[in-house]
Order: sequence, then C-alpha cells, then structure tokens
Amino acid sequence: MRITDKDVAYVAELANLELSEQERTRMLQDLNSILDYVDRLNELDTSSVLPMAQVSDRYSLDPSEKGGRFAHASREDVVEGLRKSLPHTIALQNAPDADDKFFRVPKVIER
Amino acid sequence: MELASLTIDAARSAVESGRITATALAERHFEKIANADPQIGAYLTLSKERALHKAAAIDALAVKGEKLPPLAGVPIGIKDVMATAGVRTTAGSKVLGDYVPPYDCTAVARLEAAGAVVLGKLNCDEFAMGSSNENSAWKPVRNPRDLSRVPGGSSGGSAAAVAADMAVFTLGSDTGGSIRQPAAFCGVVGLMPTYGRVSRYGLIAFASSLDRIGPLTKTVKDAATVMQVIAGRDAMDSTSAEVPVPDYIADMTKPVRGLRLGVAEEYFGEGLDAEIKQAVEAAVQKLAALGCEIVPVSLPHTKYAIPTYYLIATAEASSNLARYDGVRYGYRARDGKTLSEMYRRTRDQGFGAEVKRRIMLGTYALSAGYYDAYYLKAQKARTLLAQDFEEAFKKVDAIVTPTSPTAAFKLGEKVDDPLAMYLADIYTVTADLAGIPGISIPCGETKEKLPIGLQILGKHFDEATILRVAHAFEQTAH
Repeated sequence: MRITDKDVAYVAELANLELSEQERTRMLQDLNSILDYVDRLNELDTSSVLPMAQVSDRYSLDPSEKGGRFAHASREDVVEGLRKSLPHTIALQNAPDADDKFFRVPKVIER
Repeated sequence: MELASLTIDAARSAVESGRITATALAERHFEKIANADPQIGAYLTLSKERALHKAAAIDALAVKGEKLPPLAGVPIGIKDVMATAGVRTTAGSKVLGDYVPPYDCTAVARLEAAGAVVLGKLNCDEFAMGSSNENSAWKPVRNPRDLSRVPGGSSGGSAAAVAADMAVFTLGSDTGGSIRQPAAFCGVVGLMPTYGRVSRYGLIAFASSLDRIGPLTKTVKDAATVMQVIAGRDAMDSTSAEVPVPDYIADMTKPVRGLRLGVAEEYFGEGLDAEIKQAVEAAVQKLAALGCEIVPVSLPHTKYAIPTYYLIATAEASSNLARYDGVRYGYRARDGKTLSEMYRRTRDQGFGAEVKRRIMLGTYALSAGYYDAYYLKAQKARTLLAQDFEEAFKKVDAIVTPTSPTAAFKLGEKVDDPLAMYLADIYTVTADLAGIPGISIPCGETKEKLPIGLQILGKHFDEATILRVAHAFEQTAH
C-alpha cells in the first residue's frame, strides 16, 4: 500500500472534496491498485526524453514545414474581443444564487 | 420513408426532391425515438422546438427552389458534452443537471449552418469518463444490437442513436477512445480527427491536450461529409489548426492500390479476443487483395499507453473540473455554511464515483513530491509513444488494428473494477496521446452477432487516407 488514509484525506482536501467514510475506503483501494499498475512506467529509461505536454510541443508550428502546423495560444490582439461579452442577465442566468448584479456565495470572512 | 440505413445523401436528396419535407423527416425520427429509446436510453434531452424551427427553415428554402446546403434537413444528435444555446447540456453529470448554455459549440453551429436538424442531446459517461456509458449520472445506455450489453463509452448514446436509426449521424468526443470504441461496439463508423482539426470551442473540457470532436455515422462517406463541414480553423479555439481542409469525398474515392498499410504485432497479443483477431486479420487480407501492401511495423511502447493515458488524462481533468464549485453555474449544495464547505459539498454531491476517482488520481499525480514521478514521467512516456508512430509512419501510409480487444460486454460486468474498464481502451488511447487521427469501421460479427471494429490510424492531418482505406474496405462488404 503506497497510499494511506492520511494521503487520501490530504488529496481530497487539495481537490475540494469531502468524501464519506465509505468513499474513502474504496478510494484507498482503487488508487493503490491503479498506482500499482502505472508503476510499469518505471521500466522506461526517460532520462534523455523530453516531456510532451501538448501535441504542439513535439510537432512543428511552422506551416512551411511538412507534418502540418499545430496551433498555439498566441495571436494578434483583438481589442473589441472575438465575440461580444454576454449581457449581465444572461451571464447570471445559470447561477445557483445571484442578485441582479453579482453571484452570491456563503460568508467568506467570519467577524 | 425507411429510416434504417438512411444516409446523409439519401436524406438530403429526399428533402431536395420534395419526396419528404425536412419537418416530416424530423417528426419521423422523433417517433422512432419515442418508440425505441425507452429501451435504449440514448437521448437525455430532446430539442424539438429547435429541430422543427430549423426543419421549417429548410422546407421554406426547398419550396422556393433554392440550392440547399450540404446537410439540408439531415436529423442529427449531439453528445451532451457540447454546448447548445438554450438546450440543457449536462455532460452526463448532476453537477450540470440544470445547465442551459448561453452559446453554441462551434462544431454544432457549423452543422446547423449547413442545414442539419439537431434532434437532441445524447447520453454519455459523466464528463466523458468511461468506456461503457455506465458512468452517466442519469441512466445507462443499452446496446441496440443486444440490450443486455453496453454500447461502449463514453459516446455510448452517440453510437447507439446511429445504430438504432434515431439520428442519421451524431457527434461524439474522443479522449481515450470514446468515439471509436462505442462505434465498434454498436457496429457503426466513428472518426476521431487529428488534434486541432476540429474546433473544440463549446466542448466541455475533460483532458484538454487530448479531447477531440468527431462524427459517428452509418457510412464512411457520411463521415467524410461531416468532416467537410466541421473541420478547419476557428478563431475561438486557440488549439485549432490553420491547415487547409482537403476535399475529403474526392480523396476518399481514390484507389487504394499501392498504399502501404502497417500491422503492428503489439496490437494482436495477449488480451485480444480470438474472434476479433480472426476478423481483423481477415480484413487485412481483404485490403491486401485490393492492392495494399501490408508492412509489419513495431510500436514498442504500446504497453505503456494505458498508464501514460490515465496519469495525463486525470491530471488534466483534476484541473479542468476545478471550475465546478457551485458559484457561477451548475449545482450548489445548500447545506454548506461557509464558502469552502459549500465548495466541497457541491462537488461531493454533484460528482459521481468515477469522476471523483479521476480527480483524486490526477490531483495526487500533480501534488508536491509526486509530480516528477507520475505526471512528468507520463509526459515523457507520451513522447516515446508519439515517436513509435513517427518511426512507423516513415514506412507506411496508415496502420490497421483492432479497435477494441473484445466485443461489447455485459452491463455491470466491469463496473466494480476500474482497471479492467480502463483496459477496454488499450488499442485506442495511443492515437489520442500521439495526436493522430483514427477511424473505426465495422468488419464482421462474433458468433453471438456482436459487431467487430477495425481501426485505421493515420498521419497527422491525413484523415483523407484513412477515409480512403475505410471506404475501400466498406465497399468489399457490399
């Protein structure tokens, strides 16, 4: 067992999850079994391998180069934006709790 | 009009010639859904008003004798992970149970602009996480070919709707096999395009370096027709590529003689069902008989694909799903007294077991002290997997494999064993990680009459070649 109850509690906190007692027990078992399986990656010598976080990390961005051109985040700024901002009422219509201007949430600071 | 085997061309030409109105065709599909879907469970939400409004607009064009757009009057369904303005979009999750998007996904908007009629939103695994559709928060989907079996996942509703003639075609999304595996299980065609080929604006994010949108159709030609409409740069998606879109239909009909097709032994080893192996080997023989040259290739890192995938996909998911906090949209737990308690309870009550499992695994893989050992290690293994394909594609034009190691399994068979479920994606995740396109087409049946899928993988942005091989193979079945 590489993961303990304490780890599950800590990771749940990082992930903003509470998890019931029953869920924690099951999670402990599942995560350990999955991590045992992913351990096989340690068979690979990756000391001289570059990481690939995105397809564009590895493949050309240059359109003149063969192999295609993968896009990346940079583009010319468009001052007015690519689309109009949503009207206030539309932006708030899916909110679980809102007044006519703002999203409302439970108290953040106790005094 | 018979809906079985109704293709895009047949539907469009029936509308164009006036043999049926777009409105009547949509109504026929709604009737079919009303009769068949209670047993199958493919649709989560019907968008009747939107569909009939669109159909009426097409009918008005037809009456005037105007030239109709390429998908005029074609009834379609959309996986519920794609935003549809004014139509509930849940991603198969309780956390988005009442979510009504204020905007349209680009792929959906392009299909509608081309005349397609959106019938409704299709069931899927919660946030597209699953291989059987049993992780939907709402209801499972049953395989139309055998109701005791799963349709595959995560685009299970998208595959089942096409297989049961409840849509002419559908859109699905693929992160680890979620278009191709259900296509194989339900006996339809499923295409995952190259990463960047189709805009993902409006696709609810699961793992952003992997997620793609693609069609599930009855024929290869239909897949090419849909690609012609949805492919191409979209300013709203910074990862969509500025690569010209070829004429897929014209390219598809070119002869396959002389094409070099790779066969990798790593895809035919332990775990592959004997009947599937036999069917795929027979398919390879048919392609050879059509004049393709069969070339052995090696993809030596294939056995590392599932662990690589589950670290990368879950790490990205843990980050993407942080947005579901009960503040701006979606579900909010009412019993949280403080802000942080509200966040935690919202997520606890809103997410299902598999989603929580993946958020936990991903958070762990990214956490201090484990980042290098898990997430970074997986990114490096991803490079090795991509290199495997680079080497292979120096020798071949496409690679032919089984889509899935087994045919559709029974509902409940794997729900208690997440690892066994993950292994259902063993032949599909590699293409997601490398960014290359892949298609699954039917290539026979098991003795129990369950469909078998043949997967064809291609080079980046070379959907044309895999469509061509798929089309040539499809013709041999007629």
